Amino acid sequence: MQGFLDIFDIYLLEAVVNGILLGGVLALLALGLNLIFGVIDVTWICYAELVMIGMYGMYYMVQVFGLPYWVAAPIAIMLVAALGALLHYIVIEPLLTAPPINQLLATGGVLFILQSFATVAFGIDFRNLGIRLPVLAIGDMHFSYSRLLAFVAALLGMLAVYFFMTRTYTGTAIRAISQDRQIMSLMGVDTRRIYLITSALGGALAGLAACLLVLQYDVHPFVGLSFGPITFLICVLGGLGNFVGGFLAAFVFAQIISLGGLFSDLEWGYVLAFAFFIVMMFIRPAGLLARRS
Amino acid sequence: MNFRNAAWATGLVGLVALPFVYREPYHLHILVLILIWSFAYTAWSIMGRFGLVSLGHGGFMGVGAYVTALLWNHLGVSPWIGIPVSMVAAGMLALVVAYPCFRFRITGHYFVLVTLALSGIVLQVITATRDYTGGSLGYTPNRAPSGKGLMALQFDDKTTWYLIALGIWVLGLLIWRWVDRSMSRYAMEAISEDEDAAAAAGVNVTAEKLKITLISALMTALAGALYCQYQMFISPDTVSGIAVSLQMVFAVIVGGLYVSLGPTVGAVITILLAEVLRIGFGTKAVGWDNLVYGLLLVIFIIFLPKGILGSILDRLKTQPKPSGMK
Repeated sequence: MQGFLDIFDIYLLEAVVNGILLGGVLALLALGLNLIFGVIDVTWICYAELVMIGMYGMYYMVQVFGLPYWVAAPIAIMLVAALGALLHYIVIEPLLTAPPINQLLATGGVLFILQSFATVAFGIDFRNLGIRLPVLAIGDMHFSYSRLLAFVAALLGMLAVYFFMTRTYTGTAIRAISQDRQIMSLMGVDTRRIYLITSALGGALAGLAACLLVLQYDVHPFVGLSFGPITFLICVLGGLGNFVGGFLAAFVFAQIISLGGLFSDLEWGYVLAFAFFIVMMFIRPAGLLARRS
Repeated sequence: MNFRNAAWATGLVGLVALPFVYREPYHLHILVLILIWSFAYTAWSIMGRFGLVSLGHGGFMGVGAYVTALLWNHLGVSPWIGIPVSMVAAGMLALVVAYPCFRFRITGHYFVLVTLALSGIVLQVITATRDYTGGSLGYTPNRAPSGKGLMALQFDDKTTWYLIALGIWVLGLLIWRWVDRSMSRYAMEAISEDEDAAAAAGVNVTAEKLKITLISALMTALAGALYCQYQMFISPDTVSGIAVSLQMVFAVIVGGLYVSLGPTVGAVITILLAEVLRIGFGTKAVGWDNLVYGLLLVIFIIFLPKGILGSILDRLKTQPKPSGMK
């Protein structure tokens, strides 16, 4: 056993564990995006910006209004959920019959709006919650509680979505719509309502991710750009709309980023992840779990 | 048709003559920016009009600008060689990303997201190699010693830049027209309608798409390099990344995606808008211009998806003849 551990550098092990912890949050982000895509067939380019708004919401509630974290978090989740529903109602719904590319570009416009709104309203300073969670030390390895918390909360959030999707009528309707859009409205399901609920759910997942990320990272108007692209890569690698694939891909990517960051800067982790992504596109173009036809 | 050619010729002569008559440096500066960006937007629209929506063009532009500047600063390679090298680099990047996309039928959302990631990654690489590129603080090409301005492609004189930019802009329009009249256009239109049907009709789907992508990427890299040479300052935010990619899409959509002058109209509108907002709000304007951009983009896509110029031309064409109707 000792010999086995010796092969692995202690830092390597730490990076692996941190990668798993990061994977949880990335999987949460990917799940939200996949949900929207799978059900409404729209990609929210501005998804990471919703997270950014949620992070600002947390910052203002905790730092400015002095709410405790546990009170602020549900409010932030509801806030972003409402934002998601609003986004669907104002932007996506008028475009439902338009070419898919137009829907996608319109959410690109929303990305601009949210980013510059944050710049105008909150300024470009880096802000943080000022909450410093203790660091857990196991042997020579150090893990921050904020990451552990994020990982556990992300898993719980995903479990909650799973149960919602499989155990409730609305969840079943959502899954049915993702399988056949036309038939479901004939079966008496109100498509518009389901779309709104799905958008709110996607927003809520972004809000949850915001509550968890704000513990680890400073918030600024462009923070979405640092994890937005990687979320898109994860969704494509997992297969857009494929929940399990996205979950797996999130952990694969998180490992690459974490291990890449171990040997060099974190940015190189992202670059490595992208290189890996290109290679995977040659091998499994339709996503990790795609069946060969 | 003769009337149109005459109109084009007159317009062009007028544009060439302009800097010799009118020399206000600020206005010339705005014109140069408009022409360079018009060229970049035209490059995007060459792909975009066939449904190949790329959000990776910020990446190609960044490669064009940074490779040229880095070669000049670190190796002393003249931009006359550096620009072609940077274009080749951007072209290779385009091929590496686009080939698997096209070969394995990655289209629609998938293609957009992959290219989106590409521009994000180029931004990350520029930031990560901050020892060479200056990271997010930006990068300035070294000033050439006096008398070597031509070799370094650095001119203090706005008129020279105006003429260069004008030439490039015309080149962009000519390429647009060439594509518009080539067999590739019909092939690409067939592909964007139905890939399988196009393939069955004998169109080499992958090759046609790659050709268009390559042309577009090369042009975008050239635009990035010229922008760098003109501004003498580049930063990851102004020449690469998702924001720049979206800015291109936005301008083209506003101007009109399916008409040759659409991107130019888009560039005129967006750059004037940005300048007006900048002057109107002063230094507090940070963010306001993009806020208006974003709002306009959403409104345009919902209500006027063919863009301003496209819609006007459409209306002119479909306008019923006043007499003889009813």
